[in-house]
Amino acid sequence: MLDQTQVERLEAEAVNSAKTRQPLYAARKKIFPKRASGRFRQFKWLVMAITLGIYYLTPWLRWDRGPFAPDQAVLIDLANRRFYFFFIEIWPQEFYYVAGLLMMAGVGLFLITSTVGRAWCGYACPQTVWVDLFLVVERAIEGDRNARIKLETAPWSARKLFLRASKHAIWLVIAAATGGAWIFYFADAPKLLGEVVTGTAAPVAYVTIAVLTGTTYVFGGLMREQVCTYMCPWPRIQAAMLDENSLTVTYNDWRGEPRSRHAKKALAAGLPAGDCVDCNACVAVCPMGIDIRDGQQLECITCALCIDACDGVMDKLGRERGLISYATLADYNANMAVATAGGTGPVSPALVRTPGGAFVDGLAHFHLGKIFRLRTYIYLGAWSAIGLALVYSLLTRERLELNVLHDRNPQFVTLSDGSIRNGYTVKLLNMIPEPRTIEVTLQGLDGSEMSIVGIDQPPSRSFSIAAEPDRLKVLKVFVRQPADQVKEPAQSFEFRIKDTASSESAEYTASFNAPEKGK
Amino acid sequence: MSNEHIDEISGVATTGHEWDGIRELNNPLPRWWVITFYITIAWAIAYTIAYPAWPMLSSATKGVLGFSSRNDVKNEMAAAETAKAKYVAAIQSKTVSEIAADDALREFAVAAGGAAFKVNCVQCHGSGAQGSTDFPNLNDDDWLWGGKAEQIQQTITHGIRFAADADTRQSEMPAFVDVLKPEQIAQVSAYVASLSGPVLDKSLIEPGAKVFADNCVACHGENAKGNRELGAPDLTDAIWLHGSGEAAIALQVHTPKNGVMPAWVGRLGETTVKELAVYVHSLGGGE
Repeated sequence: MLDQTQVERLEAEAVNSAKTRQPLYAARKKIFPKRASGRFRQFKWLVMAITLGIYYLTPWLRWDRGPFAPDQAVLIDLANRRFYFFFIEIWPQEFYYVAGLLMMAGVGLFLITSTVGRAWCGYACPQTVWVDLFLVVERAIEGDRNARIKLETAPWSARKLFLRASKHAIWLVIAAATGGAWIFYFADAPKLLGEVVTGTAAPVAYVTIAVLTGTTYVFGGLMREQVCTYMCPWPRIQAAMLDENSLTVTYNDWRGEPRSRHAKKALAAGLPAGDCVDCNACVAVCPMGIDIRDGQQLECITCALCIDACDGVMDKLGRERGLISYATLADYNANMAVATAGGTGPVSPALVRTPGGAFVDGLAHFHLGKIFRLRTYIYLGAWSAIGLALVYSLLTRERLELNVLHDRNPQFVTLSDGSIRNGYTVKLLNMIPEPRTIEVTLQGLDGSEMSIVGIDQPPSRSFSIAAEPDRLKVLKVFVRQPADQVKEPAQSFEFRIKDTASSESAEYTASFNAPEKGK
Repeated sequence: MSNEHIDEISGVATTGHEWDGIRELNNPLPRWWVITFYITIAWAIAYTIAYPAWPMLSSATKGVLGFSSRNDVKNEMAAAETAKAKYVAAIQSKTVSEIAADDALREFAVAAGGAAFKVNCVQCHGSGAQGSTDFPNLNDDDWLWGGKAEQIQQTITHGIRFAADADTRQSEMPAFVDVLKPEQIAQVSAYVASLSGPVLDKSLIEPGAKVFADNCVACHGENAKGNRELGAPDLTDAIWLHGSGEAAIALQVHTPKNGVMPAWVGRLGETTVKELAVYVHSLGGGE
């Protein structure tokens, strides 16, 4: 039944295995991940293509906003303090949208981690994606695992020097392209590219490229799994996020043990033999240098490449896939209880398989319903609520705003005819990239009139102001009330602004101060 | 190492040092830590070479980069001056009215004048230019010497009753203590007060009007509207430099106060005086 001749046995040692874990001061042992192939590897290629595609292409998308705003679809315009995202334009005071998105990202991470484990780490994290990319280069130049180990231990030669130099050169090119793409989010991409190439871009552009080139090269090429294990705080939060119903990459001891390199002999001798043939394929492909058969570990980023490796071996052996699989701790424990007869003995293949070789009834198998539990719905609810609140806020937000600052020193001025004058700094925010004519009017405050500095027009209760596109217009306004109309030392009134073309308007309740009577 | 001794309990090599049977474990520092430590040492040495660092007898090493925080400030100030140069040149070549009519220039002059005001003028006129008794409020529309930008510029340039400046604005309210009898002072005070508000004893108004016609019209005018040529205040309005009401008026007739404002052009220069004039003119009362 077990034809092990097709299974390549690998001399692989899990360098970060708990059993052999080095103290922190020991030099790092290099990991040489073998190329994996299978469903999850395919999925990871897809995710890599999508994420890198988004990263590199986004700044080059155009979006027409008319003549008064940039036409770059996604642009963080730090100089003018504007953020553009397709049809959305955000002013600095609307930064709560970004805060809201960050909250959604946070709750989203909780949701994903509590259901499907460290999917972010395994598939979408930039560290994972770039390490994968760098490994592709390494494999193309130096060959797969065994060739790389051989090269590593070989003495320096012209060939080794050439291979190493070309690998690092390509890494640096990728790193520079990574840093180079970043800056295009902050300025008009085509123009900036021209400037960068001709050496006329701002120094900050080159500094940014240099810094990000350095971090990409060091993190993705040199440090790799150490970033995840030692630098990243996220793995430390995992323990609080995962529970017994979260999917994790699991070695299923209940069908794998006792593992044997010589299953045929063992069976012939009447000894039990599990599905694991100890071929070390799972260890060889692991980019984190661990042995998944030790159980769930801090280092595991759940990239699932060991599942691919093991599934390939199981296929060759004619066994069911899933010796290593995504499984919940609850299922695993239930199956372990079956395999060990309630924990009373060692794992016994006879307890999980019928004499015919099929799995016995009563084994827990995963289905999607298991990850939908109360916790999932709470995260999903919170995540959607924040999202809906943001969308609602976005759809109903004001694009014409009014802020008024009352002069405090002096609060009021008595004029020669006895009338009282108050000064205000009125700020009109025209938040669309089009010029508008704004009508400013006084509401209330009997008999009062205003005059505006710089506008040569007799005092009136209404002024027409030309507001520049996407700009703040600051007006110095003097409001004057005749002496006989002044009712009390502090009166409320409204400044009202209205776009003469659309119906958009805004109001601000201001205070008008006058001296106490008899003073 | 042949003589390496491994501690049995921890499995860690010892340094070979032993005190009363206690052996020192050899736990070297983490490699990354040691490397970082060496980098900081190298950085520190490079830093002391590049920047001023080592104290000598009378000064310190200059550093090969030639950095000096004093120079930095000097450069920043020079850069600021260069940035301002365009506006300053325009302000120098234009009249204050022209400056006030130009949006960009006015904005610059108001900001610069406001800063100069905070340093030089607030002592008398107050931080909001609101003045106080004896010190004029510059926000209102009542001007002793004229509220046009040029007139304000003239006042700031040469001052008022400032002996050291030949072109200063000159006038003096004479003391009537020896000219008018006490009851006449009371009468004229009542009359003047009645021009802008109620008085207690209306019977004083008529004789007061006669006293006014005999003594005051030369400067304050027949209708008591004042005369800006002489800095004589309008007595019919609601604004009183030396206090309102009969008592304050009587005091000012009896032994007047004649305020002095220094000439500022010598101290601040013409550009700053122009900026100040534009600033004061912009406060809301400018004509």
